Amino acid sequence: MIDIDVENLRIAFSGREAVKAVSFHVPAGGSFGIVGESGSGKSTVLRALAGLNQHWEGRISFGGKPVGAKRDRAFFRQAQMVFQDPYGSLHPRQTVDRILSELPLVHGMGRIDDRIARALDDVALPQSVRFRFPHQLSGGQRQRVAIARALIAEPQVLLLDEPTSALDVSVQAEILNLLVALRREHNLTYIMVSHDLAVVAHMCAEVGVMQNGEMVEQVSTEKLRRGAVSHPHTRELRALSVELEEPEELPL
Amino acid sequence: MLVNIENLRIGFPTRTGGLSEAVKGVSLHLGQEKLGIVGESGSGKSLTARALLKLLPPQAQVTADAISFDGIDILAASERGMRQIRGKRAGFILQDPKYSLNPVKTIGSQVAESWRFHKGGSRHEAREAAIDLLDKVQIRNPREVSKSYPHEVSGGMGQRVMIAMMLAPDPELLIADEPTSALDATVQAEIMRLIDELVSERGMGLILISHDLPLVSHFCDRVAVMYAGHIVEELQASELAHAKHPYTRGLLNCMPSLIHPRDELPVLKRDPEWLKS
Repeated sequence: MIDIDVENLRIAFSGREAVKAVSFHVPAGGSFGIVGESGSGKSTVLRALAGLNQHWEGRISFGGKPVGAKRDRAFFRQAQMVFQDPYGSLHPRQTVDRILSELPLVHGMGRIDDRIARALDDVALPQSVRFRFPHQLSGGQRQRVAIARALIAEPQVLLLDEPTSALDVSVQAEILNLLVALRREHNLTYIMVSHDLAVVAHMCAEVGVMQNGEMVEQVSTEKLRRGAVSHPHTRELRALSVELEEPEELPL
Repeated sequence: MLVNIENLRIGFPTRTGGLSEAVKGVSLHLGQEKLGIVGESGSGKSLTARALLKLLPPQAQVTADAISFDGIDILAASERGMRQIRGKRAGFILQDPKYSLNPVKTIGSQVAESWRFHKGGSRHEAREAAIDLLDKVQIRNPREVSKSYPHEVSGGMGQRVMIAMMLAPDPELLIADEPTSALDATVQAEIMRLIDELVSERGMGLILISHDLPLVSHFCDRVAVMYAGHIVEELQASELAHAKHPYTRGLLNCMPSLIHPRDELPVLKRDPEWLKS
């Protein structure tokens, strides 16, 4: 298990600051949620952490070791990312087997067959999907394949970018349950980005709220549930979520 | 009765010569009220609404005992007749304004075009009317916005523009197919409130199609829950908490809740029995 520490992270695109001095800490084996609206910079933070964007300033360290703009090969085994849209993140002309074997091949990992079989087991997919193409699977199954692809690297950190927002609520429940179970079984540290406060609260112990590139508040899920929040934006997001959940509880 | 659909079936021919039915005998009635249709992807909710305006792909095979809009028989209507209904008497709002607006024309000219198509009049009148319509959908400084292009405005603003275009001919029915799923939570609330106000003010009927059960029950009078081409349950929105069908209950149950935390989310167990009926 490793912890993640982010200090004064700044990211600018052609002079325009998208992320303004964001700092947070995720304990080893913990889970941290980032919520915010589109354009608030939440995914930009996640992409910088994953090493997908090299133009950032500040300090990012995984397990106490600071990482630079360019990461070494070991880093990409240690941290894996799951993307929002399982329709877009899987190669349409590759079988599940091919998709899952890519990473072990790149990293020179042995026993690829066993690894794929185990990864499919981990995400509760039948072995029979192994030689199917993504278009032959449902949205939920595809997202499971994407999670299996992340797990096959035996990572310690999973970076989840809206992993369920393209799915139906019934499928969302299955994927969220799966992610909760995997974190326990594999001792993973999670950072999850979502616009859905209820989803983040279900998954994470602590939540950071972003607005216009700033992390305006960090609050424990327990406080968030009680409504013990200080920033107006957090309060607004919470009120919207509660209003839809239980219309009678809040006066309109 | 504004809309009457009896026993609607929509099927698509399969490669092996069979027919795959996506909508299996749906009946709906709508007056001047707000009806929500909820269901998962593939449940047939959008197809049902599109059948009402004859907007289905040509290979779709539609049969029904009756489809009528304000007494007009849609099944027998010609394309020419349909043009008198589409846009003019029944407006349609789609999910993502990014794809439904023309990217190379200014917003003002698109709204003006829609107004002029239905109402006639000079270019100048249309332009003024467009600005007035943009104002009605609560766009601040509508004159400025009318000169901008779709890529220059936000998603919420784009959706307001779509609503403005739809309002031009004063329709009697509004069909909104996932109008806010591409938008942020705060914007979603604003747009839904706007639709709600306009519908109540003008006495329109509303069919709101969404996968979001809480959202629909919040803004509609009545909710129809669709599963695999059937309406499995139809109930007053206020009665949602007392839904009887296991599918509706399952959908409500499997959502994570901010106020009532749970260790594990109950997973919806699909019963093959639901497919019969």
